[in-house]
Amino acid sequence: MQRRRAVILGLGATGAAVAFMLGVGAWRTRDRQRGNALLPLPVGDMDWDLTDHRGQPVRPLDWVGRPVMAFFGFTWCPDVCPTTLNDISLWLEELGPDADRLVVALITVDPDRDTPEALADYVSNFDPRIIGLTGSAEQVEKAAADFRVKYARVPRDDGDYTMDHTAGVFLFHPDGRFASIIDFHEDRRFAVPKIRRTLS
Amino acid sequence: MKSLFLSTALLLAAPAAFACGTFTVGDLTIEHAWSKATIGADRPAVFYVEITNGGSTDDALIGITTPAATMPMLHETVVTDGIASMPHAMSIPVPVGETVALSPGAYHGMLMGLATALKEGDRFPVTLTFENAGDVTVDADVLSLRAEGPDCSDAGQ
Repeated sequence: MQRRRAVILGLGATGAAVAFMLGVGAWRTRDRQRGNALLPLPVGDMDWDLTDHRGQPVRPLDWVGRPVMAFFGFTWCPDVCPTTLNDISLWLEELGPDADRLVVALITVDPDRDTPEALADYVSNFDPRIIGLTGSAEQVEKAAADFRVKYARVPRDDGDYTMDHTAGVFLFHPDGRFASIIDFHEDRRFAVPKIRRTLS
Repeated sequence: MKSLFLSTALLLAAPAAFACGTFTVGDLTIEHAWSKATIGADRPAVFYVEITNGGSTDDALIGITTPAATMPMLHETVVTDGIASMPHAMSIPVPVGETVALSPGAYHGMLMGLATALKEGDRFPVTLTFENAGDVTVDADVLSLRAEGPDCSDAGQ
């Protein structure tokens, strides 16, 4: 008798949880449609599924609860991306252990060439807190859309190609709210305080 | 003129820091030619340099060649509405009395089709072609991937 009651209660609770999740899902979908077309979505409302440079799956919910610094690029890029990674490494060094909780991610816009192994070779040259993320073309597109990032493949005469892409660095609060963007070439004196504001 | 030769000779004799050599062609002085180490030979390398026009006519850098890469090109990093692109630069102006820098995040040489990966400490020649001054070959020194530029404070410049 006791057991049956427990089972019924359990089923009821599961049903309520499912209904709640469906409700949350519907609300999120509505919110996404309403979302600002220019500002990145809150991390918790993002919906992508990528793989890090160690081959581990990474989803937006993994980041909720931690401040986030994310940017888009590609490792075949000779100038902008190494410059950005250099800047970020210097910011992280300046912040020291305060930045240990910060998620720092380079999301590739060139998944064809940037496999997890290619990203691993690349990020190993910079601050070890920086992770590289890649995935299917579709998942990278989803991530870019959630961040409101634009990118395009630019063919070159020799059959090779390069990528144009949004160059800013996105900052998010631990609760997932978008905080600010650090523009390419922004002075370090402004960048480090911006990051610090997401850490507290 | 004699003093110029003398100072050039002294500079060459000095224990030059890496990527701190000075080269001249006509009225142009070329310094700080450097590159960054690459991961493998598939990814393009980069070339940075500073050019000072001490003459009385404007000039322009119109091309680079190097045995290190089959397809070297001049590019400019441009950020428009937050989006970075890297258009081909047909010519980089070097106006009278000015120093023009090919530097991170701005004009740069892009070396595609590398013969071999560039390692920190390597040195390779790059020939710069100017509209008026003609050709000059400089040594580019390979710094680490994390370098922001050569440190020439001890080079006596």
